[in-house]
Amino acid sequence: MTYVTHDESAFVPPVEVDEPELYHAKTWIGKYVWSQDAKVIAVQYSLTAIFVGLVALVLSGLMRLQLGFPHTFQFINPSSYLQFVTMHGMIMVIYLLTALFLGGFGNYLIPLMVGARDMVFPYVNMVSYWVYLFAVLLLLASFFVPGGPTGAGWTLYPPQAILSGTPGANWGIILMLVSLAFFIIGFTMGGLNYVVTVLQGRTRGMTLMRLPLTVWGIFMATVLALLAFPALFVSAIMMTLDHLLGTSFFMPALVSQGKGLEHSGGSPVLFQHLFWFFGHPEVYIVALPAFGIVSDLISINARRNIFGYRMMVWAILAIGGLSFIVWAHHMYVSGMNPYFGFFFATTTLIIAVPTALKVYNWVLTLWRGDIHLTVPMLFAIGFVFTFVNGGLTGLFLGNVPVDLPLSDTMFVVAHFHMVMAVSPILVVFGAIYHWYPKVTGRMLNDTMGRWHFWITFVGTYCIYYPMHYLGILGVPRRYYAIEGTDFIPQSAHSVNVGITVAALIVAAVQILFLYNLVWSYFRGKPSGGNPWRATTLEWQTPETPPKHGNFGPTLPAVYRWAYDYSVPGAAEDFIPQNQPPAKAAPITPAARARA
Amino acid sequence: MALAIVLLLLVVGSVLFHVLSPWYFTPIASNWGMIDDTVHITFWVTGIVFVAVNLFLAWCVVRYRHGKVKHAMYEPENKKLEGWLVVLTSVGVAAMLAPGLVVWAKFVDVPKDAAVVEVVGKQWYWSYRFPGADGVLGTDDARFISDKNPFGINPDDPHGQDDVLIASPELHLPMGKPYKALLRSTDVLHDFTVPQFRVKMDLVPGLVTHLWFTPTRAGKFDVLCEELCGVAHFTMRGKVVVEDDAAFTTWLASYPTFAQSMKQVAGDAVAGQQGFAVCAGCHGAQGEGNPQLNAPKLAGQGDWYLKRQLQYFKTGARGAHEKDTFGKMMAPMAATLADEAAIDNVVAYIKTLPDQPASPTVTKQSHAADGSTLYQTCGVCHGAGGQGVQATNAPRLKGMSDWYMVTQLKNFKNGVRGAHPKDLYGQQMVWMAAALTNDAAIENVVGYINTLK
Repeated sequence: MTYVTHDESAFVPPVEVDEPELYHAKTWIGKYVWSQDAKVIAVQYSLTAIFVGLVALVLSGLMRLQLGFPHTFQFINPSSYLQFVTMHGMIMVIYLLTALFLGGFGNYLIPLMVGARDMVFPYVNMVSYWVYLFAVLLLLASFFVPGGPTGAGWTLYPPQAILSGTPGANWGIILMLVSLAFFIIGFTMGGLNYVVTVLQGRTRGMTLMRLPLTVWGIFMATVLALLAFPALFVSAIMMTLDHLLGTSFFMPALVSQGKGLEHSGGSPVLFQHLFWFFGHPEVYIVALPAFGIVSDLISINARRNIFGYRMMVWAILAIGGLSFIVWAHHMYVSGMNPYFGFFFATTTLIIAVPTALKVYNWVLTLWRGDIHLTVPMLFAIGFVFTFVNGGLTGLFLGNVPVDLPLSDTMFVVAHFHMVMAVSPILVVFGAIYHWYPKVTGRMLNDTMGRWHFWITFVGTYCIYYPMHYLGILGVPRRYYAIEGTDFIPQSAHSVNVGITVAALIVAAVQILFLYNLVWSYFRGKPSGGNPWRATTLEWQTPETPPKHGNFGPTLPAVYRWAYDYSVPGAAEDFIPQNQPPAKAAPITPAARARA
Repeated sequence: MALAIVLLLLVVGSVLFHVLSPWYFTPIASNWGMIDDTVHITFWVTGIVFVAVNLFLAWCVVRYRHGKVKHAMYEPENKKLEGWLVVLTSVGVAAMLAPGLVVWAKFVDVPKDAAVVEVVGKQWYWSYRFPGADGVLGTDDARFISDKNPFGINPDDPHGQDDVLIASPELHLPMGKPYKALLRSTDVLHDFTVPQFRVKMDLVPGLVTHLWFTPTRAGKFDVLCEELCGVAHFTMRGKVVVEDDAAFTTWLASYPTFAQSMKQVAGDAVAGQQGFAVCAGCHGAQGEGNPQLNAPKLAGQGDWYLKRQLQYFKTGARGAHEKDTFGKMMAPMAATLADEAAIDNVVAYIKTLPDQPASPTVTKQSHAADGSTLYQTCGVCHGAGGQGVQATNAPRLKGMSDWYMVTQLKNFKNGVRGAHPKDLYGQQMVWMAAALTNDAAIENVVGYINTLK
């Protein structure tokens, strides 16, 4: 019996349309500033996102200082504390993770991995970045306006978000809402590009079921974002109108500061439905690209095909679909009709099945693999461990009666940081170590990378694992100070001190990472075109870093899926996607046994 | 290898932490033990998966590391294995979901015999209302809210007249009786949480939400607001006292009905003049205050506030702290007012005194501009103009003695004032004053109050 590799075929469909000529910029500014090259736009997105993420990292440090050492830092008062909480959350979720995964990795990897010369609408792609940058500047401007940024919590729940009892209720909240609207406009331009490029820009032979899972993850996340962000867009507009024009979309009749307001008849719960109709898919907008990327990192470094590729693709699609009918699990105690709890608890726990399958398949890819513990692989395995923990605690909060004691406590904070902050960030780091050589032509320093991994991985676990137990004890979230309760023992305070110390250490080690990014750009070991010996197309470019147009005079043709690692009988332990099938001799039983 | 060891240590450490750590659910005080049971089932199922998956992960890292193996196995999929994993996962999920839905069915089904109590949330304090003898709460609306009617009860609704108003963050409940708590907010979202009861629910302006529970253990428990409700969210606390029926009945009877609260008789100012003679010695004949004698200005202060403070001094809720030197002087003075009528009378007399703004003393050097930002928090209760708002139990600040406000803010901050368990409103000021992180902040905020006209 001959052994045929998975999904290998010699047939590649003929060219259907001629390639249009790319517009090549002639000036330095055209190449690197007003650039239409997806790779440059990707770097612009990434650097902006990392910068604004650093702002949010500092904010989290300040927050932890207050919780660990209350009444020590005079510049942290209840207003500024809530402003730190709010801006940290919003920046990390939207302006860092969403922008980095889709605008950064999406822009860089989609054209290269599907075998396209660029995004299909390069000009719109360029505008997308500049609108994103404008949104970031608007958001940062709120630190400098009277009253400072909004302190309404990243969920921005009205009525308090626009009433004077909340910090930044005049300027801050308006800047936040307008910035979000611009972010969504910018994202929509980019997002349409990513989707159309994946659907229409693939090279010959690159069928959908041959796409690397990285592309599947980013593609599905973009589809989710295109469908979910409009809900946030309209709610931002409606809340702006409530605030500036006195409409009552979300504002019922109420009394603020002893005075009755003009509003009446609006529904604060309506806002929550709109927010979470966006907000839950948003979790997967961040998670799915991470799922996709980590699948590839694990497969490459285990030198083994991803286990159950088709199941992985269907799981991504299933998670994407289900993510639109679970949103109200954020609202079990919101005062919505409690009978909704039955439906949303059921859908939420069902979504755990495809998610669990993905975890199994990652672990089963390692099983019987040939594991190389490179820095990207360390981060990938760190992700799996962290994600298992964060995913499992989701089963507590998703199950409606279990959510009752835990909702709005530190348990929630610990859970969502494990599952959608630390997990995706570990993947971001792994991905940067993995693709940095393609972007720059140099490897990141390995020793610094390993220190960065160990401190970040173990440190974040020390931050968030004990935090769950504060929540179980009943410590509420978003509290500036918690003294004066009878049920919280003094010992719980020592947990807070420990968490703060761990958080500061983890924050500090990110400086090492930044230093590595800069140092290696000049001094890193030259990487060559394919340092990880990977199969996907971005590693097969004629130049590294790839030039504008990516693939030289002719586009590659694809003959096989992305996971031909350690194919029995093959000369090397990987076969690039664009390598035509050899007239290979039948594989002997001895060769199979070796595998 | 190091990775496998660390993964192993993290798994073992996590399990040990769970078993050994002292931080776990507070002892339950309601009928919702089945919520705890569901949590335990979830811990078992997820705990087994956590240990199994991560130990397998660690084992793979050791067993299949490069060097130990030379070649990976090529195996695109294994339908049988994947099928089994789907089935097992589904079983595990069902084992958690099924009991969860059963418990939730109990939660949405309020017992028919449950008694009713209304919980009212406002930035940033709790109050409560019990239906009177007719067992029905009167209707309410935001537009009825005023200083005299802080609950916003419809004055024309006969059902509301006998409602008992608990204008205090401390709620008492009898043991062993199911209660349906109707939750109402008059401004923003809040969340009524008693950790020992396990259940919680948001208060939503414009809606009446509810939850139910049966208190099963006597004691005093914290009430927390757990939905972000503005800058002083963390100070929105209360207490629930669970006690026997007799104690509960006595407690409830000590609070006024809505009808009684609307018919408060004004004191007799003429009779009060006599009583005020004692006060005038320090506070001045016109109640204008005297910094040399540490006596603050009284004229123009809300009568409801003066009355409450006199009662506090009389009962020892204020002025009993050993470091409260000047407060201790007021205790015997308040004792000269024999009864509630005497207090009403003297307060009524103070109301007739001319109200001239006190002249600024200690805060001339302060930065009123910095204080204005800080004051926004104060303004939510005390009014943007510092005029004092009875509905939020916040006394007047503008035009009152600035040196006195500085002293009192420091007293609150140092626990000299407001820490007494019977000072139900002072506790909130303890947390608020703690947010003024230094003396300069206190002087700045008072300096800003001096600029209010």
